[in-house]
Amino acid sequence: MSNKEWPLWEVFIRSKQGLNHKHVGSLRAADEEMAIDNARDVYTRRSEGISIWVVLSSNVFASDPSEAPELYEPSDSKIYRHPTFYDVPDEIQHM
Amino acid sequence: MNSLFEYTLRLGDDSLMIGHRLSEWCGHGPILEEDIAMTNIALDFVGQATSLLELAGKFEGKGRSGDDLAFLRFDRDYKNVLLVEQPNVDFGVTMMRQFLFDAYRKPLFERLQYASNKEIAAIAEKSLKETKYHLRHSSEWVIRLGDGTEESHTRIQEALDNLWRYTGELFYSDDVDKELIAAGEIPSMDGLEKEWRQTVNEVLAEATLKIPESDWQFDGGRKGMHSEHLGYILTELQYMQRAYPGLEW
Amino acid sequence: MKEEDRAILEQNFQAKIDNDIRIEPNDWMPDAYRETLIRQISQHAHSEIVGMLPEGNWITRAPNLRRKAVLLAKVQDEAGHGLYLYSATETLGADREDTIDDLHSGKAKYSSIFNYPTLSWADMGAIGWLVDGAAIMNQVPLCRCSYGPYARAMVRVCKEESFHQRQGFEIMMTLAKGSPEQKAMAQDALNRFWWPALMMFGPNDAESKHTAQSMKWKIKRHTNDELRQQFVDVTVPQAELIGLTVPDPDLKFNEQTGHYEYGEINWDEFWQVVKGNGPCNKERVDARRKAKEDGLWVREAATAYAAKKKLRKQAS
Repeated sequence: MSNKEWPLWEVFIRSKQGLNHKHVGSLRAADEEMAIDNARDVYTRRSEGISIWVVLSSNVFASDPSEAPELYEPSDSKIYRHPTFYDVPDEIQHM
Repeated sequence: MNSLFEYTLRLGDDSLMIGHRLSEWCGHGPILEEDIAMTNIALDFVGQATSLLELAGKFEGKGRSGDDLAFLRFDRDYKNVLLVEQPNVDFGVTMMRQFLFDAYRKPLFERLQYASNKEIAAIAEKSLKETKYHLRHSSEWVIRLGDGTEESHTRIQEALDNLWRYTGELFYSDDVDKELIAAGEIPSMDGLEKEWRQTVNEVLAEATLKIPESDWQFDGGRKGMHSEHLGYILTELQYMQRAYPGLEW
Repeated sequence: MKEEDRAILEQNFQAKIDNDIRIEPNDWMPDAYRETLIRQISQHAHSEIVGMLPEGNWITRAPNLRRKAVLLAKVQDEAGHGLYLYSATETLGADREDTIDDLHSGKAKYSSIFNYPTLSWADMGAIGWLVDGAAIMNQVPLCRCSYGPYARAMVRVCKEESFHQRQGFEIMMTLAKGSPEQKAMAQDALNRFWWPALMMFGPNDAESKHTAQSMKWKIKRHTNDELRQQFVDVTVPQAELIGLTVPDPDLKFNEQTGHYEYGEINWDEFWQVVKGNGPCNKERVDARRKAKEDGLWVREAATAYAAKKKLRKQAS
């Protein structure tokens, strides 16, 4: 029998109806039920949430920070995607 | 006898003692996450004990507060069942004790939430939500330990064998509850034991555990006759109030 | 990696820190930064966990139900804080179990204050007021530390801790205006915890070997002596307000600097306790080791059950 730890889980909490689940931290648990229970006990002690997702940390794939320039910077120059790029006469109040 | 007082006291003392036992784990749990979980449950019980003993004091009408009742009675005046004062021993015994108790508390509060006595009903309704989570937590652990490793199976089976003799008392009934039921203050407790038994059968079967054959049962707690363990609990619980009587903290 | 590549990476890294851009787990970082963080965060985590023990002592002896609930919730928060912090060290590649084993073997340190015994109920007050007070002073600046996961954990910790110090002060205040025995109990607790609380900020700046580098990396934002001074300045008037006496005959307010001057800290005692010779070092570590050993069969059972359940799910 391995003396090793339970797997690591990432915890996401929805703080109220209408909002996204947001990453709040991680914890150890042997299985998914326990991960939900532990997340409830660790991360919602002060009414921080109404819904919990848990994901095995090993199932999270992350983009490589060293590729950040090619992944994210090209969109910086596409300023026409933002409404402030366009001129609208002052008389028009809502657009 | 003041049955409302006596009945509420029994409920309150059950919560007080099992909360006390669980709180002994704080800082010593088998893993951090579980330490936090057990403390949450302990906190629920301390909260229940506070409301129930306050209410008992009110029913008694002699000006005793919840704290007076929690800290300043003699052993014979505590009315909790023997099960909840049994020592933690190890995590398996603690979880089995919790499970056997939670499986009783859930159908009990399901009934009491409809009590015509509104104050009892309000506490029962709030406590029921807590109890459902407690039962979920303790059942999951009984199953994990029962169907886990050989060692955990042996340990939790032994816990069950040792604690079984205290479960009959959960359904102890005397003039106190009969009078309240007859007076319509609390609903009938028909089927309570059956429901408990069903939960216990289901969970223990999934946990691959065997219910002990011996049907010898202890009681006494409801009448104030306790095991040796209660004295030690009171020694700690009452230390401050006895050493420094009548002060604010 | 070539030496010049490393030099560029290090330059970029320091530039990010200088510009207050947070470092995240997968970003490149110098090994020494990683190691220093692992040491600092895990020490902090250990302090939270060991810190549960002296207060845990009094949970079953709390004088009323309200105090019992508050103390339970507070000690539980410390377990939570330990957990957030261990999680932060895991983002740096330090396995939680290994980190904890280092605590149990004596290799890793934790805050020495927890090696002092809790002898009376007033100690619950003194710990909340002084020890949590000192800890908050240390921790608030860390909410802006350069390492993202640590800073985020500290934001959570600080938010939760704001009640800890208040409940401690409330205990002290209640005792200080209570019976003569209660007031004496409060004064005795202050006498015993005052100096160890000042020691919590660590050695004098001149003796502190990590400070300069840690400040450059923004994983420490004020020096030990700055924080200690701030603590003394804030705490002394609080003691006066409730009629307790800070046990330092040399303590005096300097009108010119606007700061309190305080007496010499007994650094011999400090180093002795750090080395393991404090009154409760052995009890504290033994208790943690015992919890881990006693829990082994439980953790194993849960692992075994999870594996069985997975197999059954696959088979069905």
